[in-house]
Amino acid sequence: MTKNINNMQRKKLDPAVLISALIIAAVYVAVFVLEQIMPPTSMLFTVLKKAAVYALVAVSMNLLNGFTGLFSLGQAGFMLIGAYAYGIFTIPVAQRAAVYQYYNGGLVQFSLPVIPALVLAGLAAAAFAFLIGLPVLRLKSDYLAIATLGFAEIVRSIFQWDKLGMLTNGSNMLRLFPTFNDFNIKNAEGEVVVYLSTLMPFVIAGVCIALIVMLLHSSYGRSFMAIRDDEISAEAMGINLAKHKQLAFCISSFFAGVGGAMLAMYSNSVQAKSFTSAMTYEILLIVVIGGIGSVTGSCISSFLFVACSEWWLRFLDQKQMIGNFEVPLLRNGFRLVVFSVIIMVVVLFFRQGIMGTKELPDLFRKKLPKKTGKEGEAK
Amino acid sequence: MIANERVLELENMTMQFGGVVAVDSFSMHVDSGEIVALIGPNGAGKTTAFNVITGVYQPTNGNVKLRGKIIAQGHPTGKMRKLYAGSHIGEYGKLVTNTPDKITEMGVARTFQNIRLFKNMTVLENVLVAHHMRLKSGLLSNVLHLNMQEERRIRRESMDLLDMLGLGGMANELASSLPYGKQRYLEIARALATEPRLLLLDEPAAGMNPQETDELSDFIRDIKDKFKLTIFLIEHHMNLVMDISDRIYVLDFGKLIAEGTPQQIQDNPAVIAAYLGVDDE
Repeated sequence: MTKNINNMQRKKLDPAVLISALIIAAVYVAVFVLEQIMPPTSMLFTVLKKAAVYALVAVSMNLLNGFTGLFSLGQAGFMLIGAYAYGIFTIPVAQRAAVYQYYNGGLVQFSLPVIPALVLAGLAAAAFAFLIGLPVLRLKSDYLAIATLGFAEIVRSIFQWDKLGMLTNGSNMLRLFPTFNDFNIKNAEGEVVVYLSTLMPFVIAGVCIALIVMLLHSSYGRSFMAIRDDEISAEAMGINLAKHKQLAFCISSFFAGVGGAMLAMYSNSVQAKSFTSAMTYEILLIVVIGGIGSVTGSCISSFLFVACSEWWLRFLDQKQMIGNFEVPLLRNGFRLVVFSVIIMVVVLFFRQGIMGTKELPDLFRKKLPKKTGKEGEAK
Repeated sequence: MIANERVLELENMTMQFGGVVAVDSFSMHVDSGEIVALIGPNGAGKTTAFNVITGVYQPTNGNVKLRGKIIAQGHPTGKMRKLYAGSHIGEYGKLVTNTPDKITEMGVARTFQNIRLFKNMTVLENVLVAHHMRLKSGLLSNVLHLNMQEERRIRRESMDLLDMLGLGGMANELASSLPYGKQRYLEIARALATEPRLLLLDEPAAGMNPQETDELSDFIRDIKDKFKLTIFLIEHHMNLVMDISDRIYVLDFGKLIAEGTPQQIQDNPAVIAAYLGVDDE
């Protein structure tokens, strides 16, 4: 029997994990190479950037909804906090007068480098999550969803309040902070030598998702899943429910905050009114389509979702001619109709989502042991 | 077995849900190394008593003591408070309460009447979860997997435990895919992994056939010796109860109607009337 145990531990280099790691590495290389060859204005990069951001937020939501069993709809609120924290602390001092033109250049008169600001964005979201979590996490299922949804709406309103203008710029947008394009390496003449504006969001999201995956494979991750499966017996196993729910909530919000900051970088500006509950639903949709309880699924479906909504279905919004025949129905907004139908089909016929609860390495295992320990982190 | 330490003691424990008195002024004790059974017809309040001991409910009145220390406590409230408290009213302000996880940490583990495994986790993971509360490494070293030594240790211990209970070969299967009997054993394995001193078993033989029940009684005696446990169990299978119990308490409609050795209980007319008489076991 001891031999058996030793084998179990030594089986670290599972070929399935290796293959998955290679695939992920290949994706990164492909992104890097494509970026150097293709024109930077290509739609592909817009989609990839946004999808990387959404993948991170979707995984953070999955951590809460899929792995801890807390049905929360506050993601947009935490993204907003992250986006603002990032914007407020990274606008270059010289530009502050222009951005805060109605508020005498604003309150904050220093700026942080990008990476510390991203961490700060996460911490700010986590801090809010901690305070909100104290009362809200006593609620269960639908009630928790309603409370967190309400929180997101409240945050959205408060950040537009002009009394806070010195900090948040009221209902005006924050802009001129470093964006993904600032990751490109330029030569002295200002020409771009190496394009990194798509790779960097991939790297940041990848690191964050890797951290989440590692968390899920630790003892804490197991406790979260135990809470999801059965609260009463998790508590009987000595797991402090309040503490662990709070922890999952804060960690999820931390990464949602980082995701929000990245969304700000993606869209070059931050405005509170864009962080609507519709954004939360989009992310929830990604999680559901990908498979509740699958990190890989969330990543894949966020790419499909963003590509469909931003790119592949765009042709439906314009008149299309086949020969002399004008395809009927195609007009502005028809894309959303088709999109809704696709989503309904997915929800009706693929209840488990794309991946169910499987992860990338599970696809390369011959006999599926249903759920096993190791897995590579997703994109 | 020489009983030396009072592992568990209930003092006039009453649990009331609105107008229903589920357990009425129940006093009992379990000494270290004993196997004590709690029996009674359906709805007698046995599981409620377990839930009070494990902190799921706070008792309406009375004390729960673990090794002499009060772990859960209740007093009459409202109008009754003055009436009952008398000169002790000052003490009534301070109530001891503990959440179930705290009580598990104090060394009380339990199983559930209707099996409550973590269904979407593997057998091994089910046991690993029980080790979580005794982890020494913090969140950060867990996330960054710097605690490999500890993780390896708890994996080894969990595997040893599973091997001992005959579940070793199924370690990587989903808990919900196990046959019913094995699920019961897994629940016990999980409880044992919390390193308890007192094990509460809520109808461990429910749904088992006579042969499995026989095996179970050997098994319970076995783990009691191996893990130096004290066992308090609820059970309906009279053969099992009479076979392994040192002492038996009988509840009926929330009231204690008899206590004693299996022989005394079998001869007790009140018990026969309430319970054994209607059932010819």
